[in-house]
Amino acid sequence: MAASSSFLSTASLSNPKSTISFASSVSPAPIPSLRRVVFCSPFSHRRVMTVRSKIREIFMPALSSTMTEGKIVSWIKTEGEKLAKGESVVVVESDKADMDVETFYDGYLAAIVVGEGETAPVGAAIGLLAETEAEIEEAKNKAASKPSSSAVVPSPPPATSSPAPAAAASDGPRKTVATPHAKKLAKQHKVDIGSVAGTGPFGRITASDVEAAAGIAPTVTPPPPPPSPAAAPAPTAKATTTSSPPLLPDASIVPFTAMQSAVSKNMIESLSVPTFRVGYPVNTDALDALYEKVKPKGVTMTALLAKAAGMALAQHPVVNASCKDGKSFSYNSNINVAVAVAINGGLITPVLQDADKLDLYLLSEKWKELVGKAKSKQLQPHEYNSGTFTLSNLGMFGVDRFDAILPPGQGAIMAVGASKPTVVADKDGFFSVKNKMLVNVTADHRIVYGADLAAFLQTFAKIVENPDSLTL
Amino acid sequence: MQSAFSLSFSQSSLTLPNRPLSSPNAAPRNLRFCGLRREAFGFSPPKQLNSCRFQVKNRRIEVSAAAGGNGAPSNKSFDYDLVIIGAGVGGHGAALHAVEKGLKTAIIEGDVVGGTCVNRGCVPSKALLAVSGRMRELQNEHHMKSFGLQVSAAGYDRQGVADHASNLATKIRNNLTNSMKALGVDILTGFGSVLGPQKVKYGKDNVITAKDIIIATGSVPFVPKGIEVDGKTVITSDHALKLESVPDWIAIVGSGYIGLEFSDVYTALGSEVTFIEALDQLMPGFDPEISKLAQRVLINPRKIDYHTGVFASKITPAKDGRPVMIELIDAKTKEHKDTLEVDAALIATGRAPFTNGLGLENINVATQRGFIPVDERMRVIDGNGKLVPNLYCIGDANGKLMLAHAASAQGISVVEQVTGRDHVLNHLSIPAACFTHPEISMVGLTEPQAREKAEKEGFKVSIAKTSFKANTKALAENEGEGLAKMIYRPDNGEILGVHIFGLHAADLIHEASNAIALGTRIQDIKLAVHAHPTLSEVVDELFKAAKVESPASTTPQSVKAAV
Repeated sequence: MAASSSFLSTASLSNPKSTISFASSVSPAPIPSLRRVVFCSPFSHRRVMTVRSKIREIFMPALSSTMTEGKIVSWIKTEGEKLAKGESVVVVESDKADMDVETFYDGYLAAIVVGEGETAPVGAAIGLLAETEAEIEEAKNKAASKPSSSAVVPSPPPATSSPAPAAAASDGPRKTVATPHAKKLAKQHKVDIGSVAGTGPFGRITASDVEAAAGIAPTVTPPPPPPSPAAAPAPTAKATTTSSPPLLPDASIVPFTAMQSAVSKNMIESLSVPTFRVGYPVNTDALDALYEKVKPKGVTMTALLAKAAGMALAQHPVVNASCKDGKSFSYNSNINVAVAVAINGGLITPVLQDADKLDLYLLSEKWKELVGKAKSKQLQPHEYNSGTFTLSNLGMFGVDRFDAILPPGQGAIMAVGASKPTVVADKDGFFSVKNKMLVNVTADHRIVYGADLAAFLQTFAKIVENPDSLTL
Repeated sequence: MQSAFSLSFSQSSLTLPNRPLSSPNAAPRNLRFCGLRREAFGFSPPKQLNSCRFQVKNRRIEVSAAAGGNGAPSNKSFDYDLVIIGAGVGGHGAALHAVEKGLKTAIIEGDVVGGTCVNRGCVPSKALLAVSGRMRELQNEHHMKSFGLQVSAAGYDRQGVADHASNLATKIRNNLTNSMKALGVDILTGFGSVLGPQKVKYGKDNVITAKDIIIATGSVPFVPKGIEVDGKTVITSDHALKLESVPDWIAIVGSGYIGLEFSDVYTALGSEVTFIEALDQLMPGFDPEISKLAQRVLINPRKIDYHTGVFASKITPAKDGRPVMIELIDAKTKEHKDTLEVDAALIATGRAPFTNGLGLENINVATQRGFIPVDERMRVIDGNGKLVPNLYCIGDANGKLMLAHAASAQGISVVEQVTGRDHVLNHLSIPAACFTHPEISMVGLTEPQAREKAEKEGFKVSIAKTSFKANTKALAENEGEGLAKMIYRPDNGEILGVHIFGLHAADLIHEASNAIALGTRIQDIKLAVHAHPTLSEVVDELFKAAKVESPASTTPQSVKAAV
């Protein structure tokens, strides 16, 4: 048995007919030696080139006489990368070894047809090589039209920037610092690292930031060292693997977009914060009157509310603070009011920076600009992740009151309902009809206490009820 | 016999312009590794220790009766036949061999027995690597699944890991000390220095005389200018081996074997790593094909990135709420290239000889960048280019080949010479290993070195390769990733170099290194039998894959030619 298995494991290696020998002479060798496999050789494959366009197919090479199919271990080059003759492009696993496959031509790796980890039969196209940069697009189209055999290239998530209503108020322009793993993931998921907001130590971009931006669930990272040397079972991410209820037969599954994943991630994260809610009725007669006056000048209700909230926050800095580590208050020097906006298939929170300081008209201008950018997915990270307080208004739908979830990294969020005519009795018992709007604030009780929030709401109500200060 | 220094593939190499860059027949590698003589381990269980001690004592009595004075200097005018300054692995190897040869021997140690290797080098690092290997395996769900194993998330206790390393160092240090004590080597405590010919001072003012003196004072981590080591966030291997912290992100300056091994440890424990390498490619000391494959397996899939062709011109430890700052300049133009902000930096730029305060001026010896100049027999050369009689230098202090087992081999070679048998150590037969997962090992020349030599001397060179993918045992272990490569002369079957990357490569290299040391030719060794199924068949395949023109010698014993 031993003898025969020994033979089996060695037979093919010593097979003199094998095209790729494991012992090849360095002295002028007519055959390509091991690990120097060349594709696109013009004479060896009939299928190569009827030089109509200068796009060549990269074939799965036959690395041994017994090889019928090969697995792509890894692409050394990425799509769009320039190749020089003789450079390794892809690593192919045969039944024997992993081998570098080198290009025979200069050009660009235009398209990867068979992705990493997938297999293709010998001779099948695994990628396309364009001679010039201009032909990359053409090659890509060609690749797209190819009925990708067994190989289904998972389409990479669009390189949209993270729309996460994320945390971390970044101040000032800063060099992007990304960890090695973050950079690798960004390349893998085709995320522009420059557009990712860093939440790690010193504001660096970590792997989870990139994953959030790419809209993928964070992988279960190597567990952190358990705090005590005791053999206590490490409380790891077991919880996340709880089985989901079975799907109904007709249900269709639509995966989250990047933005939806980011929202999901943030919402799950919010569960770790102890929040509470305080509601307050605000009389809006004066505000409505003001709004009618300034509306022709381009002022929106959102700007009015943001301005009012900003001014109230200026008097109650703790509501504008956040709790980053569970041990301290982080007082923010700026008052940046994020406003939740529903956009097609998603939710984003463009930020009105310095809402307390900017005048109403500038604020309105800014808001229009932000909404425009949000709709065209042009928002820069600092325009959606620098908020210190969030405003969410569903009044326009007739919602009279609701309750918002506190986004991670902030201390409070305000949910604004519709302003409705309401019968009220004054202190003398006279009834009258006033426009009332219910405002409900959700706050992090680690830093904002009930009385803080009540006082803030009182200030807010005063500003709204005497709105002249808003136009100053 | 000429050789490069361990500094050469780290950034420091380029700051030391006088280094002989390449010598034709030498510079096997600029790696230092560790090896201990078997004796060091033979004494581990206490029971065995006692019995060994007993046996050895008996032997001493017998020998002294026969030779008329082991334990007393053969020449009455000296206190000792041999005094060794430095009780590292080199000094230890020399001492054991000296006693075996009947020399009255003393060893002087100013710090701790075992030196760098045992206390701050290869030994504790192997303990950390043993942990990292297991972590890596347990974390690799895919790997476990392919065995049909289910493992819930693996975790570790940093202090427990650190203790394993320090316990191992303590154990080996005790073994080393006991092995010398058991043989009757006098261990003298204090810093040793050379007072004059055949005269050594140790401690405050103890002076002893010896017929021959070996300097084996080793080396310390080399820290280039501009780097501020605080021992907490900017560290050398000395600190890293204590594993006082596992930073989230650590920059490793130098991608030689020290850097590589630590990258293996840190990434397994959850850190992310950034390599800073002065040369244009990572792992410049290795055979290019091996380093390419190693990069694919050890670097690319892990949480590691790198900057090559750059010096870290300035590194400031983390303080005042700021991270560790690393200034990178272009290695050639010296222009500022980048600034890195990381949590910690490990300086693995090689090692500098520890030869200060040795009293070399007393005998007119000038060090060269700290290294003590020696000839191929480890005899110290003085300022006038003359040999200093009765004075030898081995190990890292001479810089020939900065490996623990090379130091030991040099020490044994010296003892052979002083006991009347001329001996020149073939440095090209000394294997080296890097204990990453999987391991890298090598002996002899790299392919480019072999080709250069072949061109010069006018012979042909061939390459044979085998893959671990074709090895039954490797596949059973699900560890098919790996390559063995042999560079040889097809005309006469001489092995010029062997390089292995794969499971247990460090253990597999010795068949090749022994063949080189003994001058065994491929056509003969290929007929030797290997047990099946074992990893050693990878090397067997290598020999069998070679195409040698000359036939096997009729009697294998007749092949005796030195390589």
